[in-house]
Amino acid sequence: MMHFRKFAIAGAALATSLLLAPAAQAVTKIERVVSPGGIEAWLVREPSVPLIAMDFSFKGGANQDPSDKPGVSYMTAATLDEGAGDLDSKAFQERLERNAIELSFRASRDELRGSLKVMTDKQKDGFDLLRQSLTSPRFDQEPVERVRAQMMTALKRETTSPNDISSRLWWRTAFPGHPYSQPTNGTLESVPTIVSDDLKAYVGRVLARDNLKIGVVGDIDAKQLGIVLDQVFGALPAQAELRTLPQAKLQSVGKKLEVELDVPQTVVSFGGLGVPRKDPDFIPAYIVNHILGGGSFSSRLYNEVREKRGLAYSVYSYLLPLDATALFMGGTQTRADRANETVGLIEEEIKRLAENGPTQDELDKAKSYLRGSYALNFDTSTKIAAQLVQLQMDDLGIDYWERRNGLIEAVTLEDVKRVAKRLLDGGVLVTVVGRSQANGAKQGG
Amino acid sequence: MIDITRRFLPALFAASAAFFVLGPLPEASASSGPDVSHFKLANGLEVVVIPDRRVPVVTHMVWYKVGAADEQPGKSGIAHFLEHLMFKGTEKNPAGQFSKTLATIGGQENAFTSSDYTGYFQRVTKDRLKMVMEFEADRMTGLKLTDEAVLPERNVVLEEQNSRVANSPAAKLGEDIQAALYLNHPYGRPVIGWRHEIEKLDRKDAIDFYNRWYTPNNAILVVAGDVDANEVKKLAEETYGKVAPRAEIGPRLRPQEPEQRTVRTVMFADPRVTQPSLQRSYLVPSANTAKPGESEALEVLSQILGSGNNSRFYSKLVMEKPLATSIGAWYQGTALDDTRFGIYGTPRANVTLKDLEDAMDAVIAEIVDKGVSNDELERAKVKLVADVVYAQDSQATMARWYGAALTSGLTVESLKTWPDRVQKVTADQVRDAAKKWLDKRRSVTGYLVKDLPKPEERRS
Repeated sequence: MMHFRKFAIAGAALATSLLLAPAAQAVTKIERVVSPGGIEAWLVREPSVPLIAMDFSFKGGANQDPSDKPGVSYMTAATLDEGAGDLDSKAFQERLERNAIELSFRASRDELRGSLKVMTDKQKDGFDLLRQSLTSPRFDQEPVERVRAQMMTALKRETTSPNDISSRLWWRTAFPGHPYSQPTNGTLESVPTIVSDDLKAYVGRVLARDNLKIGVVGDIDAKQLGIVLDQVFGALPAQAELRTLPQAKLQSVGKKLEVELDVPQTVVSFGGLGVPRKDPDFIPAYIVNHILGGGSFSSRLYNEVREKRGLAYSVYSYLLPLDATALFMGGTQTRADRANETVGLIEEEIKRLAENGPTQDELDKAKSYLRGSYALNFDTSTKIAAQLVQLQMDDLGIDYWERRNGLIEAVTLEDVKRVAKRLLDGGVLVTVVGRSQANGAKQGG
Repeated sequence: MIDITRRFLPALFAASAAFFVLGPLPEASASSGPDVSHFKLANGLEVVVIPDRRVPVVTHMVWYKVGAADEQPGKSGIAHFLEHLMFKGTEKNPAGQFSKTLATIGGQENAFTSSDYTGYFQRVTKDRLKMVMEFEADRMTGLKLTDEAVLPERNVVLEEQNSRVANSPAAKLGEDIQAALYLNHPYGRPVIGWRHEIEKLDRKDAIDFYNRWYTPNNAILVVAGDVDANEVKKLAEETYGKVAPRAEIGPRLRPQEPEQRTVRTVMFADPRVTQPSLQRSYLVPSANTAKPGESEALEVLSQILGSGNNSRFYSKLVMEKPLATSIGAWYQGTALDDTRFGIYGTPRANVTLKDLEDAMDAVIAEIVDKGVSNDELERAKVKLVADVVYAQDSQATMARWYGAALTSGLTVESLKTWPDRVQKVTADQVRDAAKKWLDKRRSVTGYLVKDLPKPEERRS
């Protein structure tokens, strides 16, 4: 049993490609490896721990689900390690366990991501199982039905979970008609209709070499890795057949939607337009968000909502750049009888920061935080491997870690004031799930 | 595989599962892995240093040997509430100073409470180590609290209780199973406390608890990362070394469990339940209370019975006979006193809770009857020992394992030999552990349902 003072926040994921301290550069030199067959990976050699961590990403994700079958990519990711080649599900899983290989896949809105962790002396088995899962997944009936039943149980549970109700309502309202309106893990209507041919078709279209990015950390050199890359990924089709993803236009900004649910604590989600990752304003926007509701015990939202008034345990905001739009998101879970007050406070803080911008002191401290915390993102192989992939997905350049500090330093008070307006002045769509305020007074439960 | 549906754990347990289900296993063997140092300062503070020189970063933690099980009856939640209040400032460093400084230099911080310990940590670049040691040493004895700080924070904790428990039917059931399992030991109380008692905790309760337990002779400093033992020793003496002990700390004696003799069941109905599920906890020995080899056998048993797709539960009741969507077993080996071995399952839509429970009992009975295969035994050991190797990739994980183990009655030496002891577990020992400890008379089974059964059903 363990109680953390504060939940880790979703925004932390964005820190991956952002932060930098000179000290960390020295030990995280990136090598660009291109295999004889032309497959590229970024490598950080780390001989002192006897393991290899590999992360990889196929662009596409849930946005490539058939429009009438949301959940296909999610189900594919959940079934890729359930049998491949000559190995049925049981045999495949046993071979993973026998060699202590950790292999996982997951789908998000814009990518299908995978991770492999293996001890150096078991790498042959690890890479072979990965190859088979990507190039000859079986999608046998038993595992497909099993995964379907698991997804349905989770989807049913979501129908009474305030967090899921709030989040689903937000996305549905924000992007009607766009793939982003659909939940990544599908719906109670769509999941029963997905058949193994859908999974095969998805793999055939999305798992290819031209939309693939790979990051590797561990006790392996460039030459060895080149051979591995051809073995594992060489048999994938050269080109993915991705459907064009239309731009997502954010709707219903300024609206507040409420859903009544008899729970003692009210869940609030909010979001508005953000700044694209490659926009020159992204870094100033990241700093503005850090000041508003980013990852420390000192943000404005943390101070106003939690520290001063005790209205919530967790309150946060983050930037979410996506392929078809860029968002600024946030949320809180707050006492039912004062939920309106909490939402009002958040709106007030957003407005205040949009109008007046951060102070010089806040800007200096935020920069200092971003500089200092950078090295903390490099202390495990799995963290570094994930960042190597993210750098490539975001197309920031192999020298980005060296340039990063300069980009942060260059941000001026004028920049953050201008970008605070751009980021926060557009309004947000708010969804609220809980007891209506009239009944909210009955606390506990 | 979908982890979330397969491993449906009560929320309160889930946070700890990542760290403790696998028990105390920090090193591959005494000969490999980091060169861990362990020493004591003159004022009684224990120090553990775990070098990891890959990046210039350190994880700095202070663990107090006090947790929710040390609270006075009627004051449940005070250990955790005090943990929150430790961020409210001291004579020397007013409220928010420590956090603001960390936020400025880019440090991360947090704190946590369990039944047996309370911990505080910061992750910073190595050049900031002395600074965080100075702050942490200062709040070891210098805490200053006002009602202006205490009362809003109590509301924060009540919202935390809402988030973790009150909003979650499964978490509520989990609390009540634990309360029913422990007939006498304070492990029956939720770490966060009972809501009606949290609501009454005040400044004096917090300061009394602080004065009684927060003292260098009741604490363990763990530093992992880009440091060596001599460096840490020098810094520790310059900072923590100057804090005088202020309380006598006796042996940690809690009321122990009587003989357990009844099969207990509890049922919780909530209209938000969309799929019924069951959880069962057995009272079993911890790594600290077990006879030699017994805790290791329970660890292997939990792996074979209910961890992952190759476990007995999953392969028989999810794959072969499709009765469940999620199922599993866990053992919380790291605990000062007798602990819990848990099983849980969610039936498929057309399967009753009783059918699933009967099938789970049959799987356990088969192990008790016929034991486990050598192949299963080997796979479980490979997995458990590999986790030790993988842990070495993370200084924060290593620091946690040492801190949790040393505040739960274990020693550095016992951690070092853990993988060797796991390797020695025999198939007979696993069967014996199942037979002796997975006895329903030592257990509570909890059912999570949408509606309570009608009276006539209950009579039958």
